[in-house]
Amino acid sequence: METIRPDDLADLQLKRLKWSLHQAQKVGLYQRKFKEAGVSPDDIRTLDDVQKLPFTHKQELRAGYPFGLFAVPLKEIVRIHTTSGTTGKPTVVGYTRQDLENWSELIARNMSMIGLGEDDIFQNAVNYGLFTGGLGFHYGAERIGMTVIPSATGNTRRQIEMIEDFGVTAIHCTPSYALHIAEVAESMGKTLDSLKTGIFGAEPWSESMRTELERRLGVKAYDSYGLSEMYGPGVAFECPECNGLHLWHDCYLAEIIDPETGERLAPGERGELVITPLVKEALPLVRYRTGDVTRLMDDGCVCGRGQKIERITGRSDDMLVIRGINVFPSQIEHVLRALPEVGEQFIVYIDRVKHLDEMTIEVEMSRAGFSGELQELARMQKGIAGELHNTLGLRTAVKLVEQGSLPRFEGKAKRVIDRRGAI
Amino acid sequence: MEKSYIVKQISIFSENRPGRLAAIAGALRDAGINIFAFSIAEANGFGVVRALVDRPEDAHRTLTDLGFRVSFTDVIGVKMRDEPGGLSDIAAVLGDAEINIEYAYAYSGKDGAVLILRVDQVEDAVRQILGRGGELLKASLSR
Repeated sequence: METIRPDDLADLQLKRLKWSLHQAQKVGLYQRKFKEAGVSPDDIRTLDDVQKLPFTHKQELRAGYPFGLFAVPLKEIVRIHTTSGTTGKPTVVGYTRQDLENWSELIARNMSMIGLGEDDIFQNAVNYGLFTGGLGFHYGAERIGMTVIPSATGNTRRQIEMIEDFGVTAIHCTPSYALHIAEVAESMGKTLDSLKTGIFGAEPWSESMRTELERRLGVKAYDSYGLSEMYGPGVAFECPECNGLHLWHDCYLAEIIDPETGERLAPGERGELVITPLVKEALPLVRYRTGDVTRLMDDGCVCGRGQKIERITGRSDDMLVIRGINVFPSQIEHVLRALPEVGEQFIVYIDRVKHLDEMTIEVEMSRAGFSGELQELARMQKGIAGELHNTLGLRTAVKLVEQGSLPRFEGKAKRVIDRRGAI
Repeated sequence: MEKSYIVKQISIFSENRPGRLAAIAGALRDAGINIFAFSIAEANGFGVVRALVDRPEDAHRTLTDLGFRVSFTDVIGVKMRDEPGGLSDIAAVLGDAEINIEYAYAYSGKDGAVLILRVDQVEDAVRQILGRGGELLKASLSR
């Protein structure tokens, strides 16, 4: 499948696209959207016809919270993950047994592509909860017979001990956590000689970061791309050439559009990646706007696999990735606006401290919020941080500031200041 | 009766950075308000400036108009002998009566030393101190 001939691939994509659109037709949202666009799944006779279909936006997934977009009855759903919504409630993604099968297969494909297999010992140092990166990689790695250590995140010294004691050969984590591991290992005087392969994803990272990770961890570093709406990681992955990511066209129909106009861009142009998944049962999506900016690369790869996408270079919206977690400024605003003690103004700063992202929120207090007691202020600070943690799943530092000390904006407010350099 | 000894302290939220006390004190100066006593309590990145002033209502309004977060807090001012044992006497009265001191600060002026107390049971504290021969500042000192 990885080296399928272009004609065969197009036939397969069209067949699967038709199936996927009929699956989408079972969802109220798509019945409505197709009707509004005056199009029916039967109108799609070629792959290019996909342009007649309406886009799906992340906000629309939220409107269906929790299970409104599922195309199968709940009894056929065997797993649920969630990802951050743009405001308030998270986006819920569901998987049938076949979906989990497909997903594991994709991850297994990625890992086999870079030469991993049953001789490898794999430490999966990402969050194992609702985040798709944990269980996604876990089952994919088991499928190809790797020895999997579900180490999850945290306790970096223990992670390093495991790498050393278990002879770990491959690790998966966020690139910033990998750098943190490298730093702690250096301070412990550990060289982590067994490590050969590093798989890094969930946040964008640069070529200079690759050089640094490879030098300090002694690994070959691979970029992994995915999003929960498309199962999770596994959508595209680097081969040993490490020059672009092979997108799995048998499962995902990719388009690059101008995010402003929605027009499809010429081959090779950079724009927003739009994906129509071709094999998803529980949550079929049509022309889903990923918000990720990339381009389809024209030049073939010496490995013979299908067309690559360039490494993600940015976002077409204001989504932030903080410690691998997606955060929308609108979510922060939603939480703060609901708290009576919070005044009109707030500013979010994102910094990188010792290779880890830190989010600090400066908040002006409302008039009613101040009782005059110091302990009350400390309680308030803790309370605000707690509310944010509940919604974002992220620890934040809340700083109370005086009324009037934050900048006022005429026109569009810039409430999020990302002070991290590129990694 | 106890109420006449309950003094309105103004509490002002302040960021912990240079110039903030100057801004508060400058605003009170410009409004012709005299500060009898004050203290600063600090926490993580911010603080509360506490002050006894001659015209608390005016001070509250002046600072609020300038955008400060201000509130009143009930405290008492106990006259203290300015010699060894002065503080101990007062603390013992409150301790015996199981009244907890949340915070305190003191000043020593021309009419002697005064201990300003924020306690958990303010009326009870007034009764105990007067009952044991203590002397308290009258709230009317500040108009």
